[in-house]
Amino acid sequence: MARVAGGVGCSHVPAVGAAIDKGRTEEPYWAPYFAKLDRARRWIAEVDPDVCIVVYNDHASAFSLEVIPTFALGLADEFPPADEGYGPRPVPVVRGHPELAWHLAESLILDEFDITLVNEMPVDHGLTVPLSVMFGQPEAWPSAVIPLCVNVVQYPPPTGHRCYRLGQALRRALDAYEGDERVVVFGTGGMSHQLQSERAGFINVDFDTAFLDHLVDDPEAVAAIPHLDYLRDAGSEGIELVMWLVMRGALGPRVREVYRATHLPTSNTHNGLLILEEAS
Amino acid sequence: MPSRRDYDDIPGTIVFDGRQSRRGYALNKFLMSLNQAANREAFKADEAAYLDRFRLDDEQREAVLGRRWLRLLEVGGNVYYTYKLAACDGMTFQDLAGAQTGMTREEFAEMMLSGGRSPHEGR
Repeated sequence: MARVAGGVGCSHVPAVGAAIDKGRTEEPYWAPYFAKLDRARRWIAEVDPDVCIVVYNDHASAFSLEVIPTFALGLADEFPPADEGYGPRPVPVVRGHPELAWHLAESLILDEFDITLVNEMPVDHGLTVPLSVMFGQPEAWPSAVIPLCVNVVQYPPPTGHRCYRLGQALRRALDAYEGDERVVVFGTGGMSHQLQSERAGFINVDFDTAFLDHLVDDPEAVAAIPHLDYLRDAGSEGIELVMWLVMRGALGPRVREVYRATHLPTSNTHNGLLILEEAS
Repeated sequence: MPSRRDYDDIPGTIVFDGRQSRRGYALNKFLMSLNQAANREAFKADEAAYLDRFRLDDEQREAVLGRRWLRLLEVGGNVYYTYKLAACDGMTFQDLAGAQTGMTREEFAEMMLSGGRSPHEGR
């Protein structure tokens, strides 16, 4: 049985990755944000996960409009950083965990989550920025990673409810695994932001605060938020928050909030970082 | 599919739904091609000739060549795809976001530093 050591909610702002890659984290714009990461990095160093399951979305990197899987699981030995149009990030190749990934694939499909199976794909900032946030700049990532890619670019994304149920199915699969790996599940993206059209720059701190509060203590209520509410109240790109529900579903019904940090702005986004553990 | 959607009245927002995706398929295919360095070089060397490889309509072609950032979304571009063109021009994502709003780069950056666009402006 794989042990779920905790969950991480983490925005995946490309400018955060660029600030790390270009050595700008001490600049006045960035220093206050990066100061908030120390506690989270200590936590994950103590947990020392064998595997991180990172729920993220691809941004026209591995997938285009030719094929749009709603849920896609990465089964490969490794995943190279993607060229997103301006060269790949200078970060280590992401090491996979094919044995556990295949177990998850078989378990999820038989549990009626008809995910797409991916044997080759590059991974973009949606996956690598959260790794940088949590692990900094190591020579090699200290944990294996299983990418779980969710479409949130082509409307409609899967519902929050479906994402929450997928997280629960993921947990059933981990519980049934023969190995004893320590696993951390990442839900990434969000919080409120809008990158497009005349309303670009939209931020809604009240929505985000309520989302975080209830993700901890009433996840079924968060899972019931309809897409229309995200679009109106979290901005058109804030709908990425549905991916945090996969993480929350993989934890038990009762959780303890280990750490929460928010920062406004990182580029165009109200940035969120949340660490949860199961309550004993 | 209904012609009207419950999100159509959100101000200043173009949801990239099936209507937009159908409209913008060729445009986004061009934008996606810029993920490859060799294609970026070919595009920069001769933009018009490079665009001939894709089946853009006149409105899309004009929006690309004129760098009309908001127009690109109206004619079917998705913002993540559109950013690949902006990155070709050395723009940050914040530059692209700001350019769609009619604000100057400085005004937009200042708005974000001040907490972003308020939900009271329209939801």
